[in-house]
Amino acid sequence: MAVFADMSDANMAVGVTEVSKEIFDLHMLIFWVCVWIGVVVFGIMFWSLWKYRKSKGAIAADFDDNFWLEIGWTVAATLILVVIAIPSTTVMVKAYDDAEGEINIMVTGSQWKWHYKYLEDGISFYSNLSTPQEQINNKMPKGEFYLKEVDQPLVIPINKRIRFLITGNDVIHSWWVPDFAVKQDAIPGFINTAWTNVPTPGIYRGNCTELCGIKHAFMPVVVRAVEQEEYDAFVAERILLAENEKMLTSKDWTAEELFERGESFYQTNCVACHQVNGQGIPPVFPALEGSQIVLNDAPRQIEILMEGVQGAAMASYADYSEVDIAAVITYTRQAWTNGENGDGVIVTPQDIVAYKNKIEL
Amino acid sequence: MESKKTIRNLLGIVVGMFAFGWLLVPIYDVFCEITGLNGKVTGPSFLSESSKAMEQREVLIQFMTHNNESMPWTFESEEVQMRIMTGSQQEAIFVFKNTTDREMIGQVIPSVSPGRGAEFFHKTECFCFERQTLAAGERIELPVRFIVDPALPKEIGSLSLGYTLFDITDQFTKKDKIANL
Amino acid sequence: MSTVVETHDHGHHGPAKGLTRWLFTTNHKDIGTLYLWFSFLMLFIGGSMAMVIRAELFQPGLQIVQPEFFNQMTTNHGLIMVFGVIMPAFVGLANWMLPMQIGAPDMALPRLNNLSFWLLPMAFGILISTLFMPEGGPNFGWTFYAPLSTTYAPDTVNFFIFSVHIMGISSILGSINIITTIFNMRAPGMTLMKMPLFVWSWLITAYLLIAVMPVLAGVVTMMLMDINFGTSFFNAAGGGDPVLFQHVFWFFGHPEVYIMILPAFGIVSHIIETFSRKPIFGYSSMVYAMASIAVLSFVVWAHHMFTVGMPLAGELFFMYSTMLIAIPTGVKVFNWIATMFRGSITFETPMLFAIAFVALFTIGGFSGLMLAIVPADFQYHDTYFVVAHFHYVLVPGALFGIISGVYYWLPKWTGNMYDEILGKTHFWLTFFSVNLTFFPMHFVGLAGMPRRYPDYALQFADFNMLISVGAFIFGLTQLLFLFIVIKSIRGGKKARAEVWEGAENLGLEWTIDSPAPYHTFTVQPQVK
Repeated sequence: MAVFADMSDANMAVGVTEVSKEIFDLHMLIFWVCVWIGVVVFGIMFWSLWKYRKSKGAIAADFDDNFWLEIGWTVAATLILVVIAIPSTTVMVKAYDDAEGEINIMVTGSQWKWHYKYLEDGISFYSNLSTPQEQINNKMPKGEFYLKEVDQPLVIPINKRIRFLITGNDVIHSWWVPDFAVKQDAIPGFINTAWTNVPTPGIYRGNCTELCGIKHAFMPVVVRAVEQEEYDAFVAERILLAENEKMLTSKDWTAEELFERGESFYQTNCVACHQVNGQGIPPVFPALEGSQIVLNDAPRQIEILMEGVQGAAMASYADYSEVDIAAVITYTRQAWTNGENGDGVIVTPQDIVAYKNKIEL
Repeated sequence: MESKKTIRNLLGIVVGMFAFGWLLVPIYDVFCEITGLNGKVTGPSFLSESSKAMEQREVLIQFMTHNNESMPWTFESEEVQMRIMTGSQQEAIFVFKNTTDREMIGQVIPSVSPGRGAEFFHKTECFCFERQTLAAGERIELPVRFIVDPALPKEIGSLSLGYTLFDITDQFTKKDKIANL
Repeated sequence: MSTVVETHDHGHHGPAKGLTRWLFTTNHKDIGTLYLWFSFLMLFIGGSMAMVIRAELFQPGLQIVQPEFFNQMTTNHGLIMVFGVIMPAFVGLANWMLPMQIGAPDMALPRLNNLSFWLLPMAFGILISTLFMPEGGPNFGWTFYAPLSTTYAPDTVNFFIFSVHIMGISSILGSINIITTIFNMRAPGMTLMKMPLFVWSWLITAYLLIAVMPVLAGVVTMMLMDINFGTSFFNAAGGGDPVLFQHVFWFFGHPEVYIMILPAFGIVSHIIETFSRKPIFGYSSMVYAMASIAVLSFVVWAHHMFTVGMPLAGELFFMYSTMLIAIPTGVKVFNWIATMFRGSITFETPMLFAIAFVALFTIGGFSGLMLAIVPADFQYHDTYFVVAHFHYVLVPGALFGIISGVYYWLPKWTGNMYDEILGKTHFWLTFFSVNLTFFPMHFVGLAGMPRRYPDYALQFADFNMLISVGAFIFGLTQLLFLFIVIKSIRGGKKARAEVWEGAENLGLEWTIDSPAPYHTFTVQPQVK
């Protein structure tokens, strides 16, 4: 069994949790049952094909049934299935455990990123693919974790029962971490639950496993399991970050600072559709370079970022910080040729706050 | 003639099929109520006598809110979770704010996890029962009032209530347009 | 009820002249030919899409197509192979062979037969034309789950729905024809339990089709309503449920996959019997097994949905019922082997494909059994392990069944033996490339590669390259098959009526001339 566990490029992950190991063992059990049945059945078949060749003088018998033989192999097949069904049921009941979680994390699948919200601690963030477009377009050599890396992984503590509450934001996605043997569909309007308890620190990589549109292959799942102290530090850091964001909102930003911050946000969140060069893929993804709204209509651009566009692929980004929204708007208004051709208006975080509170721009 | 009988029977079957299709709507409702399938909570808002007589225990109730797609309202629950006793009336407050400059209509769809806990979660009042219309900039607080049935199976230690807020403004503007034709 | 057949001198009534013969024919042989050529054409079209997919997946990174187009390729490859190749090919074989095998002059409803065929080029014309429309064709997988296929679909989805409706009507009308023919037009003396197994397989398949094609029509109409008429069948906002789509679709979808394999079971039984020179072992069990598989196929559908969040009791029920189907299927495999055992076996091309069917379909069955085990399925679902499974049962399964049937009956249709050496070459190249293509998919799926991915992480690269090479060889090899078929039509060693040694006692089709005359069994034979 062990040698098969090492064939990680050709066999299922053994994983790190009790459940994932039991599932691996169950998989290997069924596999070997099938192999042995195959050996016996194909053995008899190939032997018959060799031994009863007409070219070697075989004369056909004329029997065409055997009642007890048929009963025999039907009963044998049934018994084998019963034997397989028993451990399958046991592992299943264990995996479906509904008990309380020590940490509850709401996982939301969107086109095309994951969102994690820690219910107890109140922190939340998006998790986007961080592999550069240049690697995908073969302009740069591919990194080791090509298509399996994100900007902000989900961080969980080891040895705690983590309960995942999984939903979808638009279409059906599916959240899968092979090393935990957790896979549940993310369905809009419904909550699915899954749980895990990870004993070993490490980085565990998975994928979206339900066709969800063009970037289905580009929204991986990455989970970092860490010691309790590191987890506490992570939570504290994120709470601080959220508070800082609030403070940053009221700070006075220069155009250059906004541009720099906006560029980084754009690379992570906007290039998939609007492209690095701002040309988009019209008509589905409009060009931002040369766009009338981006050049001359800041209020409308804010409205689009905050509300999305009905009937189109552009989602609302109201969930992001005011700083990020203002920065990315300012970036698009200054980037490419827009800086020369536009009305020069930059948008500050206070403008976004004002929009939220309905004060005139 | 034999063929008349055949035609009559075949037509009868066709009519019967359509009737069955019509009836499926109420049958579906009744079926989901009885089984609590899909985490849809439609159980009676009262406890049965046998439930009232059962021992109460503590259960953890978690609330999650989620805006579907580009729904721009803010939608939060005041409490993320509460530990409550089964069999007693409880209340949770949710805050809605329409952050845009036009009137909008939202619909909240609930989902209970684990699904088989749904039939034990009795809601006496919920904003999810009806669609909510908010004027531009309007903010409102709405309650969910519920009782968790003491008959909730022991294996279920916590119930997670997920609320997804959908923007259904368009459906109604369309309907008005059609009504005005 | 028996039909009264007029005797007339069929020597003077050959086929009509000209192209309109093919438009207006009501002859089961002509219509069978139309279905078979149509499915052969679709095989190359759907196959080209597979070539595009495998070319993109040859290496990690996006080289040849963008994900938008890739998704259209995967979707249409699936739709075309399922609805445009496997199903019409089996219908074509049914049309050609069923009347001859039961000693009937034609199908019961010949004009309906013509309509059933001609609906298909219409349907596929509509479907394929969507690929050339501005928004592109369907891009949501051949299983078209909502809401990706409703709210988020391109406008061409409406053409897709229309096309599916037309295909469904074609299948339903064809099935009505088949059932009516089998029940009413068997030669005197041919009781149900004396019918050839291919006839049995189609009788059962036709019932399955009538039961589930309307369900497909229902789900696709609900989609139409949701997209265009503001209903909320699959939209949670209006009180609906995306998972409802999956339940209704798979209630159709699971019997559909048995529809795609049962006729192959029938064909393979005939071929193994013929080339083992021994009667098929356990005829009644074979019939009961096919019937059990058909009945059981209605209660396993949610094994395609183990990760949607069903309650435990539901998941366990579907696990057990799915495992149960292995029993009648296993019985059939044992019976085929028991037919070979102590036979007198020769290895002509049809037999080679039939033997490969038994072995490779069984491998597909093993991966199917593994998939049935719910907790393990959490790791297999939506990965290439599933892709490996269904390609094993459909390609070296259903498709090999079709190909072996074509080789077996070509001499009866054309009057010429096909070129045996070329046939064996086709077989060995196909056998080798099919395994090279689909076996590594098990590994890459277990290692974690999800399906419907145009690009993948680096650890999957080596196997993907092998798979793509295998796929290219497999695709090219089918051109050889085309060559063999055309060559056999144009000439070859003359085939006698019996064609295969000892076949005369195995079926009525071997008692008439090769090529079969345009009208056969205008006088009913007597069956002992």
